Amino acid sequence: MQTNKLIQVGIVASIFVAAVVSFYASSNPDGLEYVAEQVGFLNTAKDSAVAGSPFADYATTGINNERISVAIAGVLGIGLTALISFGLFSFIKRK
Amino acid sequence: MKIPQLHIPDGFISAPVSLISLAIAAFFIYLALRGAKNQLDEKVAPLAGLAAVFIFAMQMINFPVAAGTSGHLIGGALAAILIGPWAGVLAVTVVLFVQVLFFADGGLIALGLNVINLSVIATLGSWYVFKLLQKILPKNRIGFLTATAIAAYISVPLSAVGFSIQFAIGGTAAIELSKVLIAMLGVHAVIGIGEAIITVLTVSAVLSVRRDLVYAAASNKSLLKS
Repeated sequence: MQTNKLIQVGIVASIFVAAVVSFYASSNPDGLEYVAEQVGFLNTAKDSAVAGSPFADYATTGINNERISVAIAGVLGIGLTALISFGLFSFIKRK
Repeated sequence: MKIPQLHIPDGFISAPVSLISLAIAAFFIYLALRGAKNQLDEKVAPLAGLAAVFIFAMQMINFPVAAGTSGHLIGGALAAILIGPWAGVLAVTVVLFVQVLFFADGGLIALGLNVINLSVIATLGSWYVFKLLQKILPKNRIGFLTATAIAAYISVPLSAVGFSIQFAIGGTAAIELSKVLIAMLGVHAVIGIGEAIITVLTVSAVLSVRRDLVYAAASNKSLLKS
């Protein structure tokens, strides 16, 4: 498989996971949050300074359909991550 | 449906310890930038970009584990094995940056704590475990994937220990270290199984199509031939 082809397949798979599969992810607290609750320090958590971000908690503000809301956030996250990571690694190689 | 918070929020750990952690994290990012320059092959650079994208996507998939809790991929072992440990540190760090800045997942000043646990400890820790296992295990595909599975598994409780130490030094709640450590290890000992499965499936898929691109397989001649 050509490198470009592999990258394309990987990107498409990632978009599928972030935009579609993510809707079916477990909404139970993750390991850390669960422990914080059980042991008793969850109440020390403070809201993020960017908690007002239109995409906070992987949901899109103003979109009531949860499926579409998480899909937009997922695709946006993929785009931003791709922009930074491909940019960074090609920059490292060029130097 | 709501994707839970995946990373340390602000407030769990005191501001001074968080800020010192930011400085330590910055130092490791500097080391990783230098290290990745030497380790990263021209033709592997696009795969490094993809690794970050894939990890971001997979972290959105919380899988249920026992007793009303869930786990998600860290991706440190995956990144180290696919693109090398230093590029791996950078890939996971990019994911954390995006999550913290745009999705309010993990605190802003807690970013250093998260980078230390997930980018540095999970990635470099699993890499050393992997290298050690490579010396003991057979130099074939089964041996390679077994080392991958164990390294990925161990990266999760290792990160949990990282948080517990941070909590012991700067936790804002007065709770004994042993209580936090035992609870963190208990949950993450289960989550590690998910990390191992996702990592092995992904590494094995890339090995099947382009094993020459897998950083950890490059020095394994018998694996290249098989």
